[in-house]
Amino acid sequence: MADIIRQPLEQIHGFSRRCLFRVISMGSLPIHMAFIMDGNRRYAKKRGLEDGSGHKAGFSALMSMLQYCYELGIKYVTIYAFSIDNFRRKPEEVQSLMDLMLEKIKSLLDKESIVHGYGIRVYFIGNLALLSDQVRAAAEEVMEATAKNNRVVLLVCVAYNSTDEIVQAVKKSCVNKLVKHSEGRDRDIERIQLVDIEENMQMSVAPDPDILIRSSGETRLSNFLLWQTGNSQLFSPDALWPEIGRRHLVWAILNFQRSHSYLEKKKKQL
Amino acid sequence: MLSLLSIVLSLTFLSLIIMPCLFVSWRLRVPLSITNIRRFIRTAVSQCNDKEESGTIGEKEKGGRMPKHVAIILDGHRRWAEKRGLGPNQGQEAGARAVMENIKDYFSMGINTVSLFAFSTGNWGRPGDEVPYLMEMFERIAKSEMPNLRRYGVKVSVIGKRTNIPESLIDLIREAEEATKNNKEKHLIWALDYSGKFDILQACKSLAEKAKNGLINVEDIDENMMDKELMTSCSEFPNPDLLIRTSGEQRISNFYLWQSAYTELYFPSVLWPDFGGTEYLEALDWYQKRQRRFGRRV
Repeated sequence: MADIIRQPLEQIHGFSRRCLFRVISMGSLPIHMAFIMDGNRRYAKKRGLEDGSGHKAGFSALMSMLQYCYELGIKYVTIYAFSIDNFRRKPEEVQSLMDLMLEKIKSLLDKESIVHGYGIRVYFIGNLALLSDQVRAAAEEVMEATAKNNRVVLLVCVAYNSTDEIVQAVKKSCVNKLVKHSEGRDRDIERIQLVDIEENMQMSVAPDPDILIRSSGETRLSNFLLWQTGNSQLFSPDALWPEIGRRHLVWAILNFQRSHSYLEKKKKQL
Repeated sequence: MLSLLSIVLSLTFLSLIIMPCLFVSWRLRVPLSITNIRRFIRTAVSQCNDKEESGTIGEKEKGGRMPKHVAIILDGHRRWAEKRGLGPNQGQEAGARAVMENIKDYFSMGINTVSLFAFSTGNWGRPGDEVPYLMEMFERIAKSEMPNLRRYGVKVSVIGKRTNIPESLIDLIREAEEATKNNKEKHLIWALDYSGKFDILQACKSLAEKAKNGLINVEDIDENMMDKELMTSCSEFPNPDLLIRTSGEQRISNFYLWQSAYTELYFPSVLWPDFGGTEYLEALDWYQKRQRRFGRRV
């Protein structure tokens, strides 16, 4: 009985969502959206659940967001899954997060997973050497398995800090220039350019994000994509990450469209 | 007799309350209201609790503290001028006046460093005579404000590229930095032709040069080394705790990128020329309510 009611309701729901997305697509859409998935633990506490379930609920919210981004035709999605700072949490929590991550990364390899269904290419960005061998191996396997997909690009930042990314890029630029200098190919260290640093950034596989959404109402970057979000629109809905929904995404895109047209106008004036 | 005594007592009692309120209201140049008095009391109390230093990335902070370093992106002049049917230059003048009137109050709550994003590298492309007018305005302000800043004991530093700035302005800047270099309690950082990416690039070049000369190993380059090479290393508190961008635009626009890793970002919709003592107090009040975790559990 419940099924008879539920299925048509779901179909109506899906239909109304697609109509809404079609209306929004009339305006300019972001090419790259980034998400800081904050608030999973507070969600679990609020609902009186045990600690790990907040992150599991967060994962479902992430899958919904990915689906919406795919339906809207947003090509790049970046998520802040685990920061290098998070290693300083209690060991049990870090371990349970690592276990959850391993489970979810492995599930991406399934044939029926969203990754193959939507043609998603997955990158894992961060200091992967800090992860356990198992997680790192699983991540590398997923990157290889999805290398040919090109419909959507998902960048998962794990064991990541923007300052760490910048330091690694700076080191690589220095090494490259020193090698060229010692081989006599490049006289002047002064000629390190912005492009030298940028091409050595791990995030150089994607353009800069147009919108950065951080859930749970906190308005800070927490060492995420500092280099890349210089000109991104920042959006901080109060909803905790597992509570994030279509309406927050739509609202963020509408705000983006409003300031985007203002910025384009200014650019044309210049 | 008793009624006279009670009148005297109640008058004394009222004056004990009203006079401090009037003083606060006059001192901070904010309207007299219960909200503002409460904000002032909260910020004054947290100043007393403030014992540890902060500023380096990754250090733990308790809630309810005052920021040590406040960075402000001065945005909204042109919209302010357009609203009033004035030209963009008048908007700039109004914005400059807002800075000069409120500069003392920016340091009033025990805040040590204030950074002002006056002119970004991207602004050189502005149309018409806006850029020359701005440069001339900066010179005028530097000349007129220097005596005041010296009197307040403010150390002045100017960060950014200096290659495109007029020689006369550079001379004034050097003079100002030299004259105030020994001041300690208050530090004003003026970002002129500054861009966050350029700051990181020049730090990278400096490290590469050191590596070439054998002073350091490339392998040893880490976040602390980068901190020391960035232009904000002139400050005791290089990383802002609070970044305010007026006019409601919610982006950092290539201001402090590296330095804003853990900065609380506040985006009031007021336009810069209208940003005064009340709005600043609101920003500090908002900051105190934030819980800062630096990636760890609360």
